[in-house]
Amino acid sequence: MYTFSNKLKTFSIILMVLGLLGVGYGFMNSHKTFEEVETMLANEASHHGGGHGEATAHADASHAEDTHGDDVHGTTAVDHVDEHKEHVEHVMHQIENRPWSALYVAAFFFFMIALGVLAFYAIQFASQAGWSPVLFRVMEGITAYMLPGALIVLGIAVASGTIGHYNIFIWMDPEVVAHDELIQGKSSFLNMTGFIIRGLIFITGWWLYRHFSRKFSLAQDKADINDNRNFKKSFRISAAFLVFYIYTESMMSWDWIMSVDPHWFSTLFGWYVFASMFVSGITVIALITMYLKSKGLLPLVNDSHLHDLAKFMFAISIFWTYLWFSQFMLIWYSNIPEEVTYFVTRFADYKLPFLGMVVMNFIFPLLLLMNSDYKRIPWFVVMAGIVILCGHYIDIFNMIMPATVGDRWYIGIPELGSICLFAGLFIFIVFTALSKHPLLAKGNPFIKESEHFHY
Amino acid sequence: MEASKVIHAIYTDDDVLMSAVKTVKAEKHHIEEIYTPFPVHGLDKAMGLAPTRIAIAAFMYGCVGLTVAIVMMNFIMIEDWPQNIGGKPSFSYIENMPAFVPIMFELTVFFAAHLMVITFYLRSKMWPFKKAENPDPRTTDDHFLMEIAVHDNEKELSSLLQETGAVEINIIDKAH
Repeated sequence: MYTFSNKLKTFSIILMVLGLLGVGYGFMNSHKTFEEVETMLANEASHHGGGHGEATAHADASHAEDTHGDDVHGTTAVDHVDEHKEHVEHVMHQIENRPWSALYVAAFFFFMIALGVLAFYAIQFASQAGWSPVLFRVMEGITAYMLPGALIVLGIAVASGTIGHYNIFIWMDPEVVAHDELIQGKSSFLNMTGFIIRGLIFITGWWLYRHFSRKFSLAQDKADINDNRNFKKSFRISAAFLVFYIYTESMMSWDWIMSVDPHWFSTLFGWYVFASMFVSGITVIALITMYLKSKGLLPLVNDSHLHDLAKFMFAISIFWTYLWFSQFMLIWYSNIPEEVTYFVTRFADYKLPFLGMVVMNFIFPLLLLMNSDYKRIPWFVVMAGIVILCGHYIDIFNMIMPATVGDRWYIGIPELGSICLFAGLFIFIVFTALSKHPLLAKGNPFIKESEHFHY
Repeated sequence: MEASKVIHAIYTDDDVLMSAVKTVKAEKHHIEEIYTPFPVHGLDKAMGLAPTRIAIAAFMYGCVGLTVAIVMMNFIMIEDWPQNIGGKPSFSYIENMPAFVPIMFELTVFFAAHLMVITFYLRSKMWPFKKAENPDPRTTDDHFLMEIAVHDNEKELSSLLQETGAVEINIIDKAH
């Protein structure tokens, strides 16, 4: 039995408080008046020089010409003022979006860890894996975050379109839709009612599986040694859940992520998001297992279990890269304007995170976790795991931010605050769930095999 | 060199063989060779064989393959004749790299796999028309054979092997 240590509890609460302060600061700081943004832009233009400076200088020159010119000057000057006003308003909106997006990215990141673990857990049951049952309670603990995490993500998404000023999803803005035929064409799918209903259906389905698999897993502990009925029920619902999951996960990724760029679409996007959540989920299982083992609470977990988890981290990192590259390369190669803008904006404004995440999510785990001996060294796996998790945060960051804040991104107080907030909440919920029941699923028919698992 | 003698102990069960290996090792006899019809899990550990380094070799072969792919395509597509093919940027390697990745990947795998297999053949001395080194054809079917060099300790060795459950013990003169 695990007791949630006071130290960790205090730590998670401190994280949440710090996070809330950061998020609050982000929201307070994001409301700028038109004039403030105007002066800010002017300052930037004079400080930065380079591209912006030239553009402004050019605009000034043409403006000057206009004033000296003939009768056209009146209308062009008005156009120019309009353009300027539009530009400032655009930037103003991006600045307003930043705390929303920061919150959304962090909320989604921690939610997807829990959902990834839920899928991994279901796969272990459906494939009747013999190595993993000693880790089932750890996985069940992590999936406890799935329901609150998913509701928070959906809540932020809806709030950004109701309380906020359409800060994440522009298709929620009726004024944008009125002038945008592409979004109008998609409005039978992309509308607020549908978005909420679909979201609730996904969450209900996932939650039902999580609720019943947990219930059966606990009931199996208390059942007679020859009574495997609960295990069989878990097996059946896991198989059914995996079918439901792969459909809903895909649709969830269209709804909750892809629709931030409502003009863009990609067919393997669902898989790509899946790979990201799967690898982060497995990494978190490994990290929490090692934490609990270091406290002496998982005596039956040996370095072969760690080796298997590290192999999954290694393999799914490569799978993620495969999907990331497949998506990127197909679009880069054919270079169709309506698709390629997605990567053009990312390449122009997000070069460091965009390429940095490939290093963190591919090259680093590839070289670190290739050696069989290294996969058994806890601090090595922890190090690789932390880099993988940071890499996948940046992956989600790269999915959301370019569509909402554009080139006004920075990993500053709003982003770090949101990470702290949800990390604290995640730790609090997961470790509370872990402390509810014994850490060994002793009724599982494969538990003996798992205890003696040796690779 | 003079002819030396070896003892061939034959077993019919891999579990018996494993415990025999442990006993023989405990008695500090050197096992020359073991012939089995199939891989016996843990036998290499029991015999104290050094782990294989073929994975390290494969990694290096993979690096060679990657280098070959990069150098080849950089020369052909970028340096030698940088044509405009369908608007692909051929000004520098990095600009056109995504198009080269499939080949880089395949050549890495190709080199790693094939050179590793060839290394395996060379290190284990296997090739077509190679004379089989099988002391007893039954070891390819259902018998396990342990070969131990004899150094004037025939009696002692045979009784030890007898105790470990060998079904047959032969002393063989082997010309080196």
